[in-house]
Amino acid sequence: MLGAPWAWSAVLFLLPLAIVLKISFARTQIGVPPYTPLFEGGALRATLDNYRDVLTDSFYFGAYLSSLKIAAVATVVALLVGYPMAYAIARAPEYRRGLLLLLVVLPFWTSLLIRIYAWMGLLRPGGVINSLLESLGLIDEPLRLINTTGAVCLGMVYAYLPFMVLPLYARLERMDPSLREAAGDLGARPWRVFLSVTLPLSMPGVVAGALLVFIPCVGEFVIPDLLGGPDTVMIGKVLWSEFFSSRDWPLSAALTVTMVAVLVIPILLLQRVLHREAS
Amino acid sequence: MTPVIRIDGVTKRFGDVVALDGVSLDIFENEFLALLGPSGCGKTTLLRAVAGLETPDTGHIFIDNRSQDGLAPYERPVNMMFQSYALFPHMTVAGNVAFGLKQDGLRGAELAERVREALARVEMESFADRKPQHLSGGQKQRAALARCLAKRPRALLLDEPLAALDKHLRERTQLELMTLRERLGITFVVVTHDQDEAMGMASRVAVMEKGRLLQVGSPRDLYERPDNRAVAGFFGHMNLWDGTVSTGDTVTCAVGAVSAATSLPAGTPVALAVRPEQIVLHAAGATPDSGQLAGTIADVVYGGTVSTYFVAHGATRIRVVRQNGAGPALERGQAVVLSWPVSAVRVLPS
Repeated sequence: MLGAPWAWSAVLFLLPLAIVLKISFARTQIGVPPYTPLFEGGALRATLDNYRDVLTDSFYFGAYLSSLKIAAVATVVALLVGYPMAYAIARAPEYRRGLLLLLVVLPFWTSLLIRIYAWMGLLRPGGVINSLLESLGLIDEPLRLINTTGAVCLGMVYAYLPFMVLPLYARLERMDPSLREAAGDLGARPWRVFLSVTLPLSMPGVVAGALLVFIPCVGEFVIPDLLGGPDTVMIGKVLWSEFFSSRDWPLSAALTVTMVAVLVIPILLLQRVLHREAS
Repeated sequence: MTPVIRIDGVTKRFGDVVALDGVSLDIFENEFLALLGPSGCGKTTLLRAVAGLETPDTGHIFIDNRSQDGLAPYERPVNMMFQSYALFPHMTVAGNVAFGLKQDGLRGAELAERVREALARVEMESFADRKPQHLSGGQKQRAALARCLAKRPRALLLDEPLAALDKHLRERTQLELMTLRERLGITFVVVTHDQDEAMGMASRVAVMEKGRLLQVGSPRDLYERPDNRAVAGFFGHMNLWDGTVSTGDTVTCAVGAVSAATSLPAGTPVALAVRPEQIVLHAAGATPDSGQLAGTIADVVYGGTVSTYFVAHGATRIRVVRQNGAGPALERGQAVVLSWPVSAVRVLPS
């Protein structure tokens, strides 16, 4: 029974990662595939040059750092928006919760690309928001809403909000309502009940939601590409251009492996913390 | 005497369901009151209304003569022990107890002392640093009790306090609750669906059914002098015969004309109630003074100390309980004569 999930992980996650790992130790070459084989004439022809480039070039370091920062901001905003939503749904009458949850996941019925294009339509200089503000006489010239880091954060919050709401909802919905009542009965005002009982007990949901938003946001490509500006450097965009514009597969592979390493370490740490808390 | 808690005409509806239907009840200082009734009778809703967890649609609740209208649970001088105990899983036992005290602004040494005192009261000092999930059912119950008592409430409200405990623990805990209440002198209001529990613990029992209060009285009152069929049927077993009042102190019912003390006019439909242990069994041919009735023993259920006899009289089966060894052995199929004192017959509205 335990074997099946492991087998799926191996096929769908570890195997592709192993291939990427292999490419990251190769050199680029003109040809198909555009990188040198790992073994040639029975000898190992691995190189660490790509990793040296990734770790020493401050451009890449800056891209990683900025990706982590933007993803962190998006995660915090998603938490601030998503928590009240999840809380409200969990406390709504039972017959209405299904509908509210459906509304949360409804955007998934349309492709992300189309929804981000819709945001472009809203944010661009002649777009819905700017023309509305102009016709109301509130602004004289269009605000620069699109092609900013703020627009990227907005897009990320919008796109990944359901991933924050769902685990939080699951956690809050399962919470025994008599715990909140008991806290009130013992003299705690509503705000104190939230801070001392509801919030700490929903922490596993907060952590799960934050990870589910943070991880894909770090490597996000579509949203920064469409909503970001020239000064929004994210690792997903860098990867894309190294891969498709420079056709430097080994370097892109090294960038990817580094990113996975950067993300896997905090995930494992958090999992250990959560596990310790649960037992 | 002013009551600690005065419940005055409280009605509460949940959609189409009437949970409480004009309930009025005074709960006094230093008493152990049980709210007793089948599930869905409104007893828990009434308790929650006192705690401020439900808002009555109409009617008022007073605590120490002060109206509780519009007061939130955290503003009321009563505490509730929940059926699930509702211990905070992320805090230790001591943390749980301290939580309520911190809301009152207690800090430092005074806080520690009050926590220790509350835990000592329920003999839980050695479990102070445990998390609730590492406690047994009985220990959880004591921790929850300590958490409420630490607040020194005017009244302690207990929602089915024994329901989550093993059978053997239940009896012991029942006694402990009684001793604790006596020692602390705090008013206890306990909700239960178990009549034995209510009668064993409480000094006064309020019987509820379908959102209404049927009768309030001491366990003995309710058992010996029920006001209506529902209360009569709720405690132990009762022989109930429908009938009508005839002239004189006689009621004509399924078992014939029965003498009963009643001032109701002739023709009033009533129900007669006689406790099985009030009926005396005689061998056939005996001529007791009052309430004679001939019958045949249809069934005998031996029960160690007492045996239950089902005596057939026409189509009616009469339940009789007799101490074993009190008189000659009676067998199934034997003809017998039954008798009971007039005082044993209770005339109830039908």
